[in-house]
Amino acid sequence: MRREAPQKLTDYAPLAFPAIMLVVFFVIPFGTMISVSFFQRQQGGFYTPAFVFSNYERFLSLFFANVLGFSLMLAVLVAICCVVIGVPFTYLLTRLTRRAQIIWMVALLSVLSLSEVIIGFAWSTLFSRTAGITNLLVALGLMEKAVALSPGFPAVLTAMVYQALPYTILVLYPALVRLDPTLTEAARTLGASPLRAFFTVVVPALRATILATLIMVFIFALGSYLLPQILGRPQHWTLSVLITDQAIYQSNMPFAAAMAVFLVLVTLAMVALTLFAGRKRESAA
Amino acid sequence: MSLFLRRFYFVLVGLFLAAPLIVVAGVSVNARQTLAFPPQGFSLAWYVEIFADTGWRNALFASLTLATLSAALAVAIALPLAWFLWRRIAPWANIFQLLGIAPFTLPPVITALGLLTFWATTGFYGQPWTAVISHAIFFVTLPLVTLSLGFSAIDRSLVEAAATMGADDRTIFRTVVLPLITPYLVSGYAFAFVLSLNEYIVAYMTVGFTMETLPIKIFNALRYGYTPTMASVTVLFVVLAAVIYSLIARYGDLLKLLGANSGEKP
Repeated sequence: MRREAPQKLTDYAPLAFPAIMLVVFFVIPFGTMISVSFFQRQQGGFYTPAFVFSNYERFLSLFFANVLGFSLMLAVLVAICCVVIGVPFTYLLTRLTRRAQIIWMVALLSVLSLSEVIIGFAWSTLFSRTAGITNLLVALGLMEKAVALSPGFPAVLTAMVYQALPYTILVLYPALVRLDPTLTEAARTLGASPLRAFFTVVVPALRATILATLIMVFIFALGSYLLPQILGRPQHWTLSVLITDQAIYQSNMPFAAAMAVFLVLVTLAMVALTLFAGRKRESAA
Repeated sequence: MSLFLRRFYFVLVGLFLAAPLIVVAGVSVNARQTLAFPPQGFSLAWYVEIFADTGWRNALFASLTLATLSAALAVAIALPLAWFLWRRIAPWANIFQLLGIAPFTLPPVITALGLLTFWATTGFYGQPWTAVISHAIFFVTLPLVTLSLGFSAIDRSLVEAAATMGADDRTIFRTVVLPLITPYLVSGYAFAFVLSLNEYIVAYMTVGFTMETLPIKIFNALRYGYTPTMASVTVLFVVLAAVIYSLIARYGDLLKLLGANSGEKP
């Protein structure tokens, strides 16, 4: 059956349920959040309808600038680490047998599905003094006594890379698995070492993919809301943590909503960049 | 040498991915309630605790119920939408596909906060069913993506043959389309199920004060210190996810779902 334009009103019937659900439970909540961001906060956690910019004015503080700067820096760092580890890994993964690829994918998906709560708990255990990795180093004679490695910045960064790496690999996989194998074969025939072929042929061919992946992982890392809280100190809190904190513990919904709107704008700007990179890739192909 | 380097790299990444889980598995079998690794003694008591302790059992039950229902609702939203987009030429309807993908692409805290303000405004805040709808919207992306992939893989000449022989839309859907997309339907459900089981922030912001799902329970327990049941629950979740994804790989084409070209050997 060919695709055809809907002719009768009843042809639209299948669309009704999904459309209603998505509009009522996604578009309207989104709109509610935006309007709450202009509301006036009252004492005791309530807020009243108004149209004030005071929640947005709070962005102009040094504290907020620090949080924003740190969130962006952390997300960029996570994205770079993940891509640097993920690109060679995914490339090698696509060269494995089908069976081996499936096994890796099951493992990667399982780690990717893990709750942030669980990832945070697992790494805080690994970084703890009594059950942590330093005990292993002590046993090997590399350290004198076991120490706690969290809270701290390296702990936050490690756990966030752990969380984002499977995502990075899954984003890279379709592009890399479709990469023409004759490209590298040609380079190898002409005498390039595998490493040289990888850096001079594979990486340039994937420049746009890598850029798009960096941006997607950046957005993903920007959304991390628990790891900085579990594994970091208050100065390592990100925008996402701050939004949760304001909404739940400080009961300041209008300010939380204003920050969330701001985070949406940052994310949308990044999505636009991704699409732009994608368009460039298409026109280059 | 190059082969050795490659193996070494795989082992390194594998270790990185496995290390925290190995340690958690280790502490989960400690004989006493201590956070120690290597474990002191061996006991499966903390696994029994998940089912024996009312708090943990209720949380497990709440999580399983939430995941089962919300994944079903997500599929119920995604299936007609994906079918419509495949069957009809209606460019403006793509906006709904975009709306279906947006909640999962944006930072989760945004969807969570939007739903929190929505449920608070409408006065339903804290009702258990609001979490089902919230998760369904949050995870509708997954069945939508797998189903779109499934529909695009259908050979249209098959459907055309059925139409020529006089079958109407309903019959074609039931006898031709549905059997072909069932694997995608099942994997979309499975992805949504596993992720819902693990989801924290949306559940916390919608029903966090009235009921505890397992991730909420783990987080609340984490704030008051350590109990070994957290470790055994973690292991249970990892195993559950691995089993479900292995089943998808066993009965479907996992690599194709993830973007590989076809089922042939690369």
